[in-house]
Parts: sequence; C-alpha cells; structure tokens
Amino acid sequence: MADMNPLAVSIENLGFSYPGLENVLFSHLNLKIAAGERFGLFGPNGAGKTTLMKLMTGLLSFQEGSIRISGMEIKKQIRSVKKLYGFIPQDLSFYEELSPAENLEFFGAWSGLTKLEIKKRTAELLDMLGLADVRNKQVHKFSSGMKRRVNLAIGVIHRPEILFLDEPTVGVDVQTRYAIINYLKELNKNGTTLIYTSHQLSEAEGLCERIALIDEGKIIVHDDLDTLLSEYRQEGLEGLFLKLTSKEYRNV
Amino acid sequence: MYKLWATILKDIRILIRDQVGLVLMFGMPIVLVFVVTSIQNSTFELVNKNKIPLIVCNRDTGKISLDLIQAIDKIGMFKLEQVPGDQSEKNITARMHTKDALLAIIIPIHFSSKISDRAKKVAGKALSAFGLEGDTVTTIPASIGPLTIYYHPILQESHRQSIQAAFSSALQLVESKQVLKTLYASITEKQLTDTLEKEMLNTKFDINEITITIDGTRSVPNASQHNVPAWTIFAMFFVVISLGGSIVREKLSGSFIRLKSLPTNYYVALLSKQITYLAVTLLQAVVIFGIGVLLFPYVGLPVLNLPADLAGLFFVSLICGSCAVSYAMCIGVFAQTQEQANGFGAISIVILAAIGGLMVPSFAMPDTFRTAMKLSPLHWCLEAYYGLFLEGGKLKDVFTNIIPLFIITLLLQALTFLGLKMKKLI
Repeated sequence: MADMNPLAVSIENLGFSYPGLENVLFSHLNLKIAAGERFGLFGPNGAGKTTLMKLMTGLLSFQEGSIRISGMEIKKQIRSVKKLYGFIPQDLSFYEELSPAENLEFFGAWSGLTKLEIKKRTAELLDMLGLADVRNKQVHKFSSGMKRRVNLAIGVIHRPEILFLDEPTVGVDVQTRYAIINYLKELNKNGTTLIYTSHQLSEAEGLCERIALIDEGKIIVHDDLDTLLSEYRQEGLEGLFLKLTSKEYRNV
Repeated sequence: MYKLWATILKDIRILIRDQVGLVLMFGMPIVLVFVVTSIQNSTFELVNKNKIPLIVCNRDTGKISLDLIQAIDKIGMFKLEQVPGDQSEKNITARMHTKDALLAIIIPIHFSSKISDRAKKVAGKALSAFGLEGDTVTTIPASIGPLTIYYHPILQESHRQSIQAAFSSALQLVESKQVLKTLYASITEKQLTDTLEKEMLNTKFDINEITITIDGTRSVPNASQHNVPAWTIFAMFFVVISLGGSIVREKLSGSFIRLKSLPTNYYVALLSKQITYLAVTLLQAVVIFGIGVLLFPYVGLPVLNLPADLAGLFFVSLICGSCAVSYAMCIGVFAQTQEQANGFGAISIVILAAIGGLMVPSFAMPDTFRTAMKLSPLHWCLEAYYGLFLEGGKLKDVFTNIIPLFIITLLLQALTFLGLKMKKLI
C-alpha cells in the first residue's frame, strides 16, 4: 500500500464550478494520491475526469478548498508545481509543421531544460519510442500512432515527478498501445507517479494499481483495484465500472 | 534567454514552412507595388508626357475658331484630330466609346462672329471709359451654341479639371487677342501687326517649377517615390493575416494547453512572435525597396531613389514594423476565431490605409477625414517615409511623425497586455 509514501497529490474540500454556470461540478471533494503510484481516474463521459485533471495541473482555477502537488499549494506556487509534473493532454498538443526533434527542442526549452539536456533527452526518447528514424520529418506526415508517441515524448522530456495522462492511447493500434503502456510502466519503475484517465478499461486494468471512480463530480470509490474487485465481486474493471455507474446512457 | 531563442527558432521554422503565408506577406505586396506604381506612372505619363487624343469638330467658318484650335494645340497637352464640321455628335461620341479619343470639342457655328461682337462690345466700353467713341454692337447672332467638350468617363476628376483649365486659358487668349485687335484698330485705324500682337500677348515670364525639399535637392518626385513607401507600409500591416491568425491558431490548438502547463510565461511566445514578425516587416521593406531601386528601371518604371539618411530609413522602418506587429498581436489576442482575425484584420487595414492617405492623398481629404486620419498609424508611417523619400529629410525632420507612431504602438501593446490578462493567457 502506498499510504506510507509522501503524497504526490492532495485534494481537500475542493469546490469548483465553471464560471457562468449554475451547476457546481465539485463540492467538498477529497482525494489523495501517493508518490510513486500508478493511479487511474475513471468515470462516464461528463463525470469530471478531465476537469479534475485540469484543476490538478493548474490549467483551471478552483473556487474552494486546496490542491497540493508534492506538498506545494498549487495556487501559491504554480510555477514550481509546473516544473514537477508532465501533462499528456487528450488532444495532440504539438506543432505539426515541426519534426519530433524540433518539437522536443522547443517544449524542452519551455520545460526549463538546457540545450545540452534537450539534445541528450531527445536522442533517448526518440530511440525508446521508435521515432529515431523520423526525427527530422514533419509530424503532419505521421500516422496517429506515431503522433501519440510524439505527444508522450514531449510530456516526459523533463523527467517529471508526476505525469498526468488524459487518454494517452486514444485512436492508436494495438502495437502502439502496448509500447506506450510498457514505456509508462518503465517510467513508474524509475519513480514517476502516473495519474491516468481513459475509457480503455482493459488497458487501465493492466496499468493502474489504485483507482478512483468518479461520477457527477463525486468520487464513488477510491481504493486498490484488487480490493475493489474483490469487494464488489467483479472480475474486471469494466464490470466494476458498470456496477457502480449504472448502464444508462450519459447525455452530456 | 534560451527559451526565447528556442521559441523564435520554432516561429521561424513554422513561418518558412507556411508557403501561403509567405506569398501573402511577400508575393502579394510585390505584385501590388508593381501594379499600382505602373498604373500611377502611366497616368502621370498620360498627363505629362503622352498627349491626350482630342477630336476637334469646327462648325464655324470664321478665323477666330482657327485661332482657338491653334491656341489649344500650343498648350501641348493634346493630340488634335480635326473632323469635318458637319460630323454628327453621335458619330463623334461613338468614336470616343472605342477610345479613339478621350476628348472631343465642338466649336459651334458663328463662334468667330460671337467672339468678334463681344470684343467690339468690350472695346467700345473701354473706349467710352477713355472718353473716346467706339463701335457698338447692336445685333448678336440668334443661334449661337456653347463650346461643347465631351469627356471619356475614364478621365478622372483631377484630369478633367486641368483640361477644363487649359481650354479656358486658350479661349481667354483668343478673346483677349480679339479685344486688343479691335481696340488698336479703333484708336489707330490700322491693323495690329503680328510682331506687336506677339509682344503684347505672349507672357515674358517663364514659370520655374521647384519642388521644395528639406535637403535642398530639386528632384521632382516620380510615381515610385510616392507608391513604393506607401505600399511597403500596407504590406507591413498586412502581416496581421499571418501573425493574428498564428496567435489565434495557437490559442485554439492543443499545443496551447501544453504551453499553459509548462513553467514558462506565455508572454515569451508573444515576445518571440513580435521579434520574428518585426524581422519579417524589415525584410519586406528591404525586398520592396530593393525591387524599386534595382528592378523598376528594367521594367520601364521610374527608379526609386533611396533617402540620403539610410540610418533614418532603417529607424523609420523599424518603428513602422513595430507598430504593424503590435496591431497584429492585438487583433490575434482579442479574436476568438481565425476567421475573425483574418476578416477584421484585413478589412481594418484597408480602412486605415484609406483614411491614412495611402489611397487618396491626405490633402485631398474632407476635413472630417483629416481628423480621423490622425488616428490611423498608417498615416504617420506614410508621413515619416514621405519626409525621407520626397522631402529629402533626415531622421530629426520626421520625429514629429515618429512620436505619434510610438504612442500608438505603446497603446496597442498595453491593449494586448490587458487582453492577455483578461483572458488569463498570462
């Protein structure tokens, strides 16, 4: 159990609603994620997963409560917090006119790395993610699987302590998914905390040790995956998901 | 510093891979400068070098109408073609529609006798005023039509007015000559000799035209001196399409989420864009001025003479470029979509160019527009360039134009900063 580890993320009494909207999305939400965990955040569409991830990364500002990343209050120390984490957004987040090496050069500099560090990390990452042969080709010519790998490489170029992943394998083939998941496990072995969200529940089952199920802005369950499967007498995450969030369509 | 350099490098790479953007920023302004200068130059030559084709239909049979035709010919502006006096107006205008001539003049029947009678009347009054008795005119021909001038509609108002003035001058000369002859004959009972007539009527004074310049040179500005700086400014401000669009694209793209999640202020990205696009505007100036100097003479256009103060030219280009880039940044920050940035950006530049005096000279504008003109940054850019290119001034001579431009640039920067804060982009 990771409870003994220092906390990577600590959310206390979080209150959030989108400006101009009456509905309160989160009210008194609490969540703790220990350092070194492989943590999964799941829920139906519109449950608030991506919003919670944007709040944890400081991309959205909350109205009540607090969020601490590695002990640092996000509202007060946002710049220091941003140095600690990496973020892999759901959308492809890079410049398609540039090559993978050029993208890494730019985003590496913005992550605070030196020219030398960028050069070294670019070579390592492109090699590990199978992009070394196409390092100087413009990304817009790539397949979606290759683009996903570029998206991942940019997020980890500065060796973040915490890595937020919002559906990192959406729309890729089995080989790419396998390669990305293996790479993430490798990162975790080296100490990176993974905070992951996806609708690919079978993939998540293989990656996450602890999970939280979120629905309508509330955390329904939050525990070790094995404990939850045993408690709710389910064989897999998909069954657990359907049992706890119902089989109804979600129109959001 | 490395962050800024890496960002500039990224912007340059994206810029040089955007072929459509490059065509818009360099190709289109070059074509525009060529086309507008050629058109203005041909208009200039039409009035000043080439003669305007003029059909003359003389329905009069007297001598004075021949004097009028000779006087018009002497003006030197027209290439005369005389058609028989019985030619119908329909035939004449039909020929003008085929652009055989841009002008036609019909001298009415009894023109000579009318002028002669009027001269006698004026001379009579003059003699009476002197205490002498002169001839008086008792009958004036009943059906004397006016002198009719037909204009082709392609002739602009300014040309029409100079043509009208030329005809009036010729007519005045003929009338004066007739009055003088009548007076002379009445007093001396002799005919006025040709020598004396020339002595009395031809002006002894030549008109010496001098273009006022600050540096004392007397070069007459040509179409290139007027148009190249004006359309260079237009090109500089047209980076709004590329830069404004680029900011909006970045804001709407996934890469913006990533940028916001990194420990670097977004203002670095904007600073990089400012530096990159400022370099683009300076490059535009170099390319367009270079074409004016090196290429124009080979295509029959007048050569662009660069100002003597090249450092001043660089500084003015720098401040014009800064203002253009600041304007584009402001549009990019406030626009919600690329369509908004492109549409508003392009149309506003055309409007600012029009009220700024790039399309119509500022002295020709109505008073209300002259006030609005001062709000257009393009006006101050144009004034600064004209101070250097047309008036032969130095940087210190155009400082009064640079100061308002600098203030507008600062205001645009402040507005951009406010927009970034309001939208929580920095």
